[in-house]
Amino acid sequence: MTISETIDQIINEFNQFDDWMDKYNYLIEMGRSVPLIDETKKTDSNLITGCQSRVWLSSEYKDGLIYFTADSDAVITKGIAFLLIRVFSGHTPTEIMEAETTFLDMIGLKEHLSPTRSNGLLSMVKQIKLYAFAYQVKEKNS
Amino acid sequence: MIELSATKIQSVRDDFPILSRSIYGKPLVYLDNAATTQKPNSVIDAISNYYRNDNANVHRGVHYLSQQATGAFEDVRKQLAAFVNAGSPTEIIFTRGATEAINLVAWSFCETFLNAGDEIIVSALDHHSNIVPWQAACIRKGAHLKVIPVTPEGELNLEEFEKLLSDRTRMVAISHISNTLGTINPIADIVKSAHNHGIPVFIDGAQGLSHGPVDVQELDCDFYAFSAHKMYGPMGIGGLYGKSSWLNKMQPYQLGGEMIDKVTFAKTTYNEIPYKFEAGTPNVADVMGFGAAISYLQEIGWDFIKAQETDILNYATASLLEIEGVKIVGTSAHKAAIVSFLIEGIHFFDAGTILDHMGIAVRTGNHCTQPLMDFLGINGTLRASMAFYNTRQEIDRLVAGIHQVKILFA
Repeated sequence: MTISETIDQIINEFNQFDDWMDKYNYLIEMGRSVPLIDETKKTDSNLITGCQSRVWLSSEYKDGLIYFTADSDAVITKGIAFLLIRVFSGHTPTEIMEAETTFLDMIGLKEHLSPTRSNGLLSMVKQIKLYAFAYQVKEKNS
Repeated sequence: MIELSATKIQSVRDDFPILSRSIYGKPLVYLDNAATTQKPNSVIDAISNYYRNDNANVHRGVHYLSQQATGAFEDVRKQLAAFVNAGSPTEIIFTRGATEAINLVAWSFCETFLNAGDEIIVSALDHHSNIVPWQAACIRKGAHLKVIPVTPEGELNLEEFEKLLSDRTRMVAISHISNTLGTINPIADIVKSAHNHGIPVFIDGAQGLSHGPVDVQELDCDFYAFSAHKMYGPMGIGGLYGKSSWLNKMQPYQLGGEMIDKVTFAKTTYNEIPYKFEAGTPNVADVMGFGAAISYLQEIGWDFIKAQETDILNYATASLLEIEGVKIVGTSAHKAAIVSFLIEGIHFFDAGTILDHMGIAVRTGNHCTQPLMDFLGINGTLRASMAFYNTRQEIDRLVAGIHQVKILFA
């Protein structure tokens, strides 16, 4: 599935909810049910600190594709982190660098990427893009 | 007996236009007053009236508007001096806020009076703004920062404080009220102890001056910093009270504009206090708003404010404790209307996000007190900070919100 196909799928999922409470319920369920990051990857170097919640992000580069896993101490943050991973994980560095995060706006979660929110998600997106850039440079040089 | 009737509180609420707005379609419950208080019409009008009718630069012109603006500006200084009972209006310096007032003293005082090997005492429950400027001064001068520990109830450990006082201590910098826990520190006792050793005391009154009267002469503190926007006044303005005996000896903090006396390329001399510490064109419009806020507080009266805030603090504390799994952080018997709490098993960010969608504004996180969080062994709290315009019904909405949060995350 391409990045834009995944985004369309997420938007469709969220379109079923009329009520904000259902939307958050869905996020909370996702935050709870998604696989946790491997405990060994929950290191300080993988930690993205926000003053509200903490996010751990780990990446792996295999056969030209980047795979991400993430975790957070807050369930809502973890649910949104999982959405970002669904969109970005398993794609090439170029695809990831070109992808947009405006879909969060379309599903009414834009405020979670605001810098004042300080929940670690904005830094997580920056970090995802940075990994993509780094793996691209590494690929070119190898 | 002070009247706390619903009619009286509603008439006070009517002074604050923002309190009648809706958030996500629900009536706003504003419980983030320790971050900033809302502004009454009289403050908003004073600022807009200044720009509509009275705007001119102060202290400069011979023309009518400039003289009128200067008079009004200096009147607020006098009003503030009377409000905190300073010895003279020249002991009141306008700053951008409490943080700038702290930075001013941490730089100017330490430049003159802090030397290598000296010590400054701060506390573990202080806001970053009353820690970092002193820490930086210590680094700059090769001095040492000493920290008063906090008890599990969230009070300063005064026995340990006494032990920290030494012949190398040059300043004790302490908050009047903890922004995170609401603890009212025994600042009068702290001043007495420090003065017994001949050590000056700086009080960060960012949370202090909105909850009750302060008499700086009776208290005998050497400095007291305050912030208008936490006192129902505008953002971007605040002030510093300082004893003239100290202010006269301190280096200016910023240079240029009104703080200058005479300039030649060989030598520049500085103006008298308070102007020595007010470089550049001051924030006149917000000073007008600040004056209006002080007048508003005086009109409402400390008796009403204290009675109403005590009632709402007690009601909120009792109501929150009734909820299973809720734990209050900071249980001092001496507290302002601030309640920090945790909900067992639920991250404060998750809870705050859901409460926000119910129109309830609380603060979550470490509240700019990371050392205190480390001390208490937690990452953050939810904080409901009340003002005299908050009602018991609003606390009921918070409680109902927490019950819903618990269901959602169960």
